[in-house]
Amino acid sequence: MSLSLFFEQILNGLQFGIMLFVMAAGLTLVFGVMGLINLAHGSLYMVGAFACAAVAAATGSFWLGLVASLAAAAIAGVIVEIVVIRRLYARDHLDQVLATFALILIFSEATRYFFGSFPLYLDTPDILSGALTFPGGFQYPAYRLAIIVIGFVVAAGLFWLIGSTRLGIRIRAGESDREMITALGVDIGRLYTVVFALGAALAGFAGALVGAIQSVQIGMGEPVLILAFVVIVIGGIGSIPGALVASILVGLTDTLGRTLLPIVFGTFMDNSAATSTGSALASMLIYILMAAILVFRPTGLFGARG
Amino acid sequence: MRRETWISFGFMAAGLFLVVAAWFGDEPFTITLATKVVILSLAGVGLNLALGHGGLVSLGHAAFFGLGGYAMGILASHAQSFEPLMIGAWALEGTKSMPLIWLVAMLVAALFALPIGVLSLRTSGVYFIMITLAFAQMIYYFAISWPAYGGEDGMSIYVRNSFPGLNTLDPIQFFILCALILAICLVLVDRLVKSRFGMALEAARQNPQRVTSLGIDTFKLQLTAFVISAAITGLAGALYADLNRFVSPSMLSWQVSGEIMIFVILGGVARFAGPLAGATVFIALEHFLGGLTEFWQIWLGLLLLVVILFARGGIIGVLAGERRHG
Repeated sequence: MSLSLFFEQILNGLQFGIMLFVMAAGLTLVFGVMGLINLAHGSLYMVGAFACAAVAAATGSFWLGLVASLAAAAIAGVIVEIVVIRRLYARDHLDQVLATFALILIFSEATRYFFGSFPLYLDTPDILSGALTFPGGFQYPAYRLAIIVIGFVVAAGLFWLIGSTRLGIRIRAGESDREMITALGVDIGRLYTVVFALGAALAGFAGALVGAIQSVQIGMGEPVLILAFVVIVIGGIGSIPGALVASILVGLTDTLGRTLLPIVFGTFMDNSAATSTGSALASMLIYILMAAILVFRPTGLFGARG
Repeated sequence: MRRETWISFGFMAAGLFLVVAAWFGDEPFTITLATKVVILSLAGVGLNLALGHGGLVSLGHAAFFGLGGYAMGILASHAQSFEPLMIGAWALEGTKSMPLIWLVAMLVAALFALPIGVLSLRTSGVYFIMITLAFAQMIYYFAISWPAYGGEDGMSIYVRNSFPGLNTLDPIQFFILCALILAICLVLVDRLVKSRFGMALEAARQNPQRVTSLGIDTFKLQLTAFVISAAITGLAGALYADLNRFVSPSMLSWQVSGEIMIFVILGGVARFAGPLAGATVFIALEHFLGGLTEFWQIWLGLLLLVVILFARGGIIGVLAGERRHG
């Protein structure tokens, strides 16, 4: 394999991983702070993508669409939190799984009602439609590169938010001792709504960014949701640094596995067998990674020791 | 008799009455739908043992359901093509005989559940949910990318497998067969849950430290429950594949794990007839709402939401009140 192909795959893996992070960050925060398993997180991802596609189609501006994706997902998040999620914090995980599964059904069907069953198309903005040429003549799409940069900026912003702002202090306090911060006069109900809306906005944002390179369709959220769960479990639930490390790990493992494994198997098998065995193994790879990590560290890489 | 027992039997009697009515009214579709409910209930009975009684929330039971399905598919396809199944140097004849297929399906599910259980039981809580999901996803993706048995498209079995003395292609006969299996499994699981083993399992769910201090190995208890649970779900998978005469990776998908879990929670966790009530209501809603409106899933979602928010303990819980212990 040529060096430039390898380099391209690394970038693809990074892009995949960092988008997983933006998605998983909200999920891990919601779980860490409120102790809630939210299967409907993938629906918020879908809401963001549809909002972006609809607004971009109406106004012709991808950037307005991006703003709309943040707003729509955050608003949907607030509504869902106030109407449903709030009642689930005190319940066990089973009730949460079932209720948020019901939310998936509602979100998917409502989207189908408003937008129809066909995928929407979301074009990348003109300014990022070309490819960037690296020294050495290697080319990479500008939009994907921009996603990587945006992803890392979001990650840095989130680290700053959690680490050095008043809201971040409250979030961390809520994670470690919710009775105590309630006693200190923090309105925990409002904090929960804010955290949920923040997570929802991030999911919607990721949906819009990824929607422009894939297609915007019903059910786009669920495969990503499963991967985001893989990420937060590998990273240790509730840990933002853990989610970052795990998402990059998952992104690179998946992308490189798909390219490298068939080549590796090709060294000692005939071509077609190598391709099928390699790709079979590659698609299982992140789950193998996750199982292996959980077997050796049952609470994830950055999780508190149980 | 306790109220829950009355409700459970009343529920089953009503179900049987509907099927008999459908048989006299010559509505094979209704009977097939009822057969589907019975088979999915059986999968739920399997999961209920692990999830309800053992507290092992597995989001990976589609793996065992699908493995049971593939056990049936692989055996029947080899019987169909008259080519022996080669496992290394061993040549195994395919078969169309249901009892043999069921045995293999349960065995395969149990054999997979053993290592999955050993590894998964190192974790607990949400991590357990996710590691079982991970194992199921591995098998799912393996099935998709393995071309020998249909890969992503799955494979069809042209004629339903046979059971001595029965015409399994007749909907009512196949229904009776499935209902009998469900009844047997319900009774066996009920006996198991009320046995010494079941008591210890229940205790291990509530307070593992105390059980360990009594000298009982909770790991072995939970592993045993997990494996038996998987075997029952595997059996359901073989029946389900036989019902559709088709098996595909979609039987292994996480949505199936989620649905089986919904049957159990909707019906009532750790209840005798919980999975049956849950599967019946879910499939009935799916069917009737589907006939009323194109966007039936919205209503299904809203209904599920209402049940979970306001009717705690599932259907059986609402009808029969709090679960009694002992």
